[in-house]
Amino acid sequence: MLHEPAAQAEKDPAFPYKKRIGVALFTVYALIYAAFIAINVIDPKAMETVLPGGLNLAVVYGFGLIIFALLLALVYNRICGVREKALETTGGA
Amino acid sequence: MTQVLPVVLFVLIVSFVLAISFWFARKAKSSSGYYAAGGRIHWSVNGIAFAGDYLSAASFLGICGMIATAGYDGFLYSIGYLAGWIVALFIVAEPLKRLGKYTFTDALDAKFNDKGIKLMAAISTLVVSLFYLIPQMVGAGVLVTPLLGLPHYVGVIMVGVIVITIVATAGMTSTTYVQFIKGTLLIVFSVVLVVALCFRGLSTTPDQGGKVPFRKYAAMPATESGGKIVPADPSFSAAEDLTVKAVRLVKLVKGGAVSWWKVDASSSALSLLETQSLVTKADGKRVVNGAPESAANKLALVGNMEVIDGRAGPGVSTGPIGPFRLVSLVGDPDSSVTLWKELKFTDGRDKVSVYYGLPTPGNRIMRPGLSFKVEGTPLERIDFVSLMIALFLGTAALPHILIRYYTVPSAKAARKSTIVAIAAIGAFYVLTLFMGLGAMTSGVVNLADNNMSAPLLARSFGTFLFSMISAIAFATVLGTVSGLIIAASGAVAHDLMDRYGNLIRDDRHKVLAGKIAAFAVGAVAIVLGIIFKGMNVSFLVGLAFAVAASANLPSIVMMLFWKRTTSKGISASILVGILASIGLILFSPTMFELYGLEPAAAPIPLKNPGIISIPLSFLTIVVVSLLTKPDRIPDAEELAAARSP
Repeated sequence: MLHEPAAQAEKDPAFPYKKRIGVALFTVYALIYAAFIAINVIDPKAMETVLPGGLNLAVVYGFGLIIFALLLALVYNRICGVREKALETTGGA
Repeated sequence: MTQVLPVVLFVLIVSFVLAISFWFARKAKSSSGYYAAGGRIHWSVNGIAFAGDYLSAASFLGICGMIATAGYDGFLYSIGYLAGWIVALFIVAEPLKRLGKYTFTDALDAKFNDKGIKLMAAISTLVVSLFYLIPQMVGAGVLVTPLLGLPHYVGVIMVGVIVITIVATAGMTSTTYVQFIKGTLLIVFSVVLVVALCFRGLSTTPDQGGKVPFRKYAAMPATESGGKIVPADPSFSAAEDLTVKAVRLVKLVKGGAVSWWKVDASSSALSLLETQSLVTKADGKRVVNGAPESAANKLALVGNMEVIDGRAGPGVSTGPIGPFRLVSLVGDPDSSVTLWKELKFTDGRDKVSVYYGLPTPGNRIMRPGLSFKVEGTPLERIDFVSLMIALFLGTAALPHILIRYYTVPSAKAARKSTIVAIAAIGAFYVLTLFMGLGAMTSGVVNLADNNMSAPLLARSFGTFLFSMISAIAFATVLGTVSGLIIAASGAVAHDLMDRYGNLIRDDRHKVLAGKIAAFAVGAVAIVLGIIFKGMNVSFLVGLAFAVAASANLPSIVMMLFWKRTTSKGISASILVGILASIGLILFSPTMFELYGLEPAAAPIPLKNPGIISIPLSFLTIVVVSLLTKPDRIPDAEELAAARSP
């Protein structure tokens, strides 16, 4: 019989902090993504605007969303890592 | 005729993935080994395996094909699919790893231990996985035909058998390494393809490296007399004149051969523009451009720039250029690309598809609107928003993606592997824009099936690159299907048979049940892959995203962030999410078109259900939770916090 309760959560004193940071960064990205969708449906012609460098707003915004996702992910990892290390050292929350 | 090199590379890749499976078979004796690779995969390997799992046939074949035919609108899929990983990283990754064991049902049920959640989450996993499996299997059939010269159904059966072997021998361990290898190869060879494209540059008369002469389409002067078109060339006679979707066409006959021409009245003098046509006779025989279809007579590949940065005429080319310069030149307002449109109609008992070229300004191509009606009615705009929401919220709710969090040893490793996945998948999605635009302007777009745009672009650089890209595309299908089958097998054996039905006696029995489930799901996938031949690959994946985002995400988010959530609320939310999303799709204009009915008669005017079904699922969980008794089991941390003064 393997009908045991679901796996026990591993102990992670930094979890509440990481959750808050995650929600904050998610909100930032979601707003920028929402703005992208809004421009596309409200004023799609604005996406034709050629920016310095020759690429238009649509391409720059699209690439920007992809690159910004990675940047935010790295920032999140750094913040979480620092907190985890601090709590491992002090042993508290 | 089938070439030797593609077959050799195909056999090598398949042999390699099977060898990996047999090598790791000994590690899949326990249920932990079978369902979660023992939780010992390194985060960097898992991150690339995420990419291998996620970058399915829809991503590689579908997005490149859509960019090649609809420009920036195809790239919107890349943006939405990648953005979804933000939800996975910031909201889902670590909590799911902390709470779960083998399947996402474990995590959802961790605070409740409720049979209703187990049942509903398992059903949701099966539904989403099957919807996702169909396009992968269809994609396998599409690939095998040009690669190995085999019929569609053989490709589907072949993928099914190979994947069942991969999953049944070593479960998640072999699946992980197959996905890791496939993810690596896909990104490396996509870079190679983009580099080759940049070295070749753009041309107004692309000739596929000198192998295929550029085809110039004829324009013939004509006059109109008494409402009838009279071609200037007396050897042609007009047999029929009709207007389809505001495009006027004329059927010309010359020496018994029939051809369709587009009437161009844009200038003062009337002219007829040559098109391509595919006529399906009542007896099923097909006629291509006026002659019976054969190996030598197929629809010609299309796509070229008419004007490059203000320079028009034959032979204008850029020479080697950087990738961003390529994008800016294609999207320049002074550039123009010939895109091809399809008109479908019946002519007597014949079904006719006419394809005509339409020079389109670069700035129009490199902004949204060629496919999505972002300048249309408010409803059409809402439909677009609905799609983008489903893409954003769907990723973090796909069961075959979520189970990958259980293959790493810790929550920290889950987080890091998600970041590797974002880097790898993001890099690939940037490349899709270059590959799609490359196909659009290189004369390699197959009018009847744009899914082959990326492999055909590779073929324009030689047999080796085509063989590699095609073999990798096939491996892409293998990697994704393996992940889907293991997710479905976990839902059956772990969620339903063990945790819901209490039917599993021991660990060995559980592994056996998983393997039998993999066989069963694989067999169902084969049948569905054959039945759904010809179905649009991207459409079905979009459907799976919408169902996943509606059924799973609200319950995951509310379980994590709202302590008043109850087990009945979660079960109801999943059920409503599944029924609402599928119901809305079944009555959508897209499905009505597939049923052969008038799309405008569809009772649901939206093609993408997410904007209704996702909020409805959230609303359900809130209302049902408030109406039912709280039954959440507090964990040790919450109890400690409650006891502290």
